[in-house]
Amino acid sequence: MELLSAHGATLLFYLFAAVVIAGAIGVVTLRNPMYGALCLLATFLGVAALFLLRHAEFVGVVQIFVYGGGVMVLFLFVIMLVNLHRLREVRMFAGTAPLAAVVATLLVGMLLWAVLARPALVRAGDTAALGAIGGEQIGNPQALAWVLFRDHLVAFEAASLFLLVAMIGAVVLGRRR
Amino acid sequence: MTLGAIGTGHYLVLAAILFGIGLVGILTRRNLITVLMSIELLLNSVNLNLVAFAHERGDLTGQVFAVFTIAVAAGEAAVGLGILLALFRMHQTTELDRARELEG
Repeated sequence: MELLSAHGATLLFYLFAAVVIAGAIGVVTLRNPMYGALCLLATFLGVAALFLLRHAEFVGVVQIFVYGGGVMVLFLFVIMLVNLHRLREVRMFAGTAPLAAVVATLLVGMLLWAVLARPALVRAGDTAALGAIGGEQIGNPQALAWVLFRDHLVAFEAASLFLLVAMIGAVVLGRRR
Repeated sequence: MTLGAIGTGHYLVLAAILFGIGLVGILTRRNLITVLMSIELLLNSVNLNLVAFAHERGDLTGQVFAVFTIAVAAGEAAVGLGILLALFRMHQTTELDRARELEG
């Protein structure tokens, strides 16, 4: 079952965490949105790898397909469409930057405090349950499909309706008058 | 050198940092494209939490909701970029400060 030793998994976590953080910082600080989008791609792929390390194989692959494929292509298309060198971003940051830094620092500090203060885990969950239904090992995608289509069918249909509405909305907004 | 095993706490700390970076991006940047990308960072950090807790509890529901979040994020990106294109056609800019009116 376990392909990686615990040591290797730990090493990979820190590697991909570094990729995620570096990509995120690049998104926020780089002036050119094209470079920002490529940093965002690095973050998406790093997050997908972290999903794989947590036995979320299906979510990881969906992350690569939807974010690395669909959303990234959308961003790149729009960046090319708006013809960047006609836009000189004089000031990169709004005047509220110091206030925003304070707010973000406080929020992250609060989150970290909550994480570090949370009680130690009494009983670790059974990670084999992430790829099994009724005790039978059938793999993560199949087990996820069981939970999705059996327990959350209404939410699934609502999501499809939401995507239809979003698609129509995007077409209407992007229409040339 | 020995490294400890990665627990849920590691993921929560990473997600908190990622959320903070994305929040700074949303609050400070003036370019709408960058703001939309920062929103994607926030959604990704939430997904990290969901998957980490699903792993901790051995419960697939967290992963199912991560999939829902990804679907919602895709719709949000499509509509947000549509708004951006409409703004660009009207004002020839992607800067948020210049978007002051609802109808052009």
